[in-house]
Amino acid sequence: MELLSLSAVELGKAIKEGRTTAVEAMEAVLSQIEKSEEVLHCYITINKKKALNKAAEVQRRIDAKELTGPLAGVPMAVKDNLCTEGMLTTCASAILANYVPTYSAEAVSRLEKAGAVIVGKTNMDEFAMGSTTETSAYGVTRNPHHREHVPGGSSGGSAAAVAAGECFFALGSDTGGSIRQPASHCGVVGMKPTYGTVSRYGLVAYGSSLDQVGPLCKTVEDCAVILQTIAVPDTKDATQIAREDTDFTSALKKDVRGMRIGIPGDYIGLSPRKHGDLSSKEHGEENCQEYSHGERGIGIDSQVRESVLRAAKILMEQGAVVEEFDLDLVEYAIPVYYTIAAAEASSNLERFDGIKYGFRAGAKGLHEMYKKTRSQGFGQEVKKRIMLGSYVLSSGYYDAYYLKALRVKAMIKKAFEQAFAKYDCILGPVAPTTAPKLGESLTDPMKMYLGDIYTISVNLAGLPAISVPCGSDSRGLPIGLQLIGDCFQEKKLLQAAYTYEKCRS
Amino acid sequence: MRKTVFRDFRSEERGEGMTERIDDEMIEYVSILAKLELSAEEKEQAKKDMGRMLDYIDKMNELDTTGVEPMSHIFPVQNVFREDVITNGDGSTRTLLNAPEQKEGMFSVPKTFDS
Repeated sequence: MELLSLSAVELGKAIKEGRTTAVEAMEAVLSQIEKSEEVLHCYITINKKKALNKAAEVQRRIDAKELTGPLAGVPMAVKDNLCTEGMLTTCASAILANYVPTYSAEAVSRLEKAGAVIVGKTNMDEFAMGSTTETSAYGVTRNPHHREHVPGGSSGGSAAAVAAGECFFALGSDTGGSIRQPASHCGVVGMKPTYGTVSRYGLVAYGSSLDQVGPLCKTVEDCAVILQTIAVPDTKDATQIAREDTDFTSALKKDVRGMRIGIPGDYIGLSPRKHGDLSSKEHGEENCQEYSHGERGIGIDSQVRESVLRAAKILMEQGAVVEEFDLDLVEYAIPVYYTIAAAEASSNLERFDGIKYGFRAGAKGLHEMYKKTRSQGFGQEVKKRIMLGSYVLSSGYYDAYYLKALRVKAMIKKAFEQAFAKYDCILGPVAPTTAPKLGESLTDPMKMYLGDIYTISVNLAGLPAISVPCGSDSRGLPIGLQLIGDCFQEKKLLQAAYTYEKCRS
Repeated sequence: MRKTVFRDFRSEERGEGMTERIDDEMIEYVSILAKLELSAEEKEQAKKDMGRMLDYIDKMNELDTTGVEPMSHIFPVQNVFREDVITNGDGSTRTLLNAPEQKEGMFSVPKTFDS
């Protein structure tokens, strides 16, 4: 049996049935890490001995029938902004180079309780600020499908580790697309649940009103199982919502008959206001140049658009009612996002002051120590966002920027509400292009920001969304299909995604 | 309250070097708020970056938001209480292991006041 080709759920089943063991699974992952990790660099921290010992302990508990769940014995990777008790948690920043948490994030604890075993902590953009995993203080991660390209970000290490067989599934966090976009770029499944579904306890905060923890994995079934395991009420996160409809695996049905699916014209480079229906494909060409940001905003790569429309057609053939519609305010999501995320980041990252944990720079007085510690400890992208956030929150600019952004956010939320009055899900691409080349985004950060156009509004409106592989471009780089649902409608997404996955040839 | 140089920027007039909307004084002020000490080079870069971002963020002003309530949270969840009971025990020894400096079971910090 080729272990690494199994999904997480298939592996869990094989372990349960005694066809393999948790230790064998961990050995398979570690031997893959031996082979590919030096080039790919998916992880910041790997503790092989600890992982093997833990796998052996879990196997004993499986043998004793104490652990019977679908993920028992399955090796997982954890994004390095999720606290892991006794294991280095750096957020890919120099300021936390030596931070060893005394507790684990709730999502991590839940998975460990279910018998999943941590392989290590994955690379990411520093404090999750970036879309390529290149702002990490510990080096870049390479895309397993094409080593000259980035894996996406910020959960790039998690996505690449799943794609490369360096784990069976991973946890990530999504503030503006940080699970879905790397999942798309690495050809794996990734989901951002409805805000408040997964406890944020132990997730190092970036933009607290936007952050959600979620899975990166090989199949839609894995996604449902992992989400079901981590979507558990937790009083330690006051923004968490006690949901009762978390039997997500019940949605794994190959059936989309009658499901209403809308494709926003702006998401596929067509503008229904001007051009009418989906079949008039040639009309999209004018918007097709990369990242044009003219009046209608968005440019999309033609291969991405074709793959996404092909996926829509498959769902249509399965009985879904698919049509194009006009989603309002798409082009305002990025300015709103960067205002709110930077504001919240500047506040959240105040805690890194060199007093209680992490790096401390030598200095005579307290204030000098704060400034030196933060200036030496944070990387450029983080400093940039803290500065911007401090500015938009400062007295005199608060109303014009921060409050304005919160008002536009309310309007964006409303635009989605109107859409979901008509549709069960919204379908579109995850990103306008496939993974960029290493180094390309750092020279033009604005372009990197604009690449988040399809993912960001989902966080602003608190919606759930899933990224599912739907093909690859001529260079072999994966393309992702995004399905967006109304709040608490993860099951509809999973059902549509599962159906697509089963019908995709 | 201090004010910064605000020129009238129409997007079509924007060109190279037109990101001077953030001046030295403003960078100084923001870095105090952000508790960051930027090098001369970083300051120049920050001026450019922030100016560029703000030019872009200004797009929000195209929308009339009169009468729209600011939405800080998606769901109207308020007053989430829980009992104030200790559930995690005394972790002070382990917590202090992460301290850059400690003394007699306490965090040690550089001198705060001049006598």
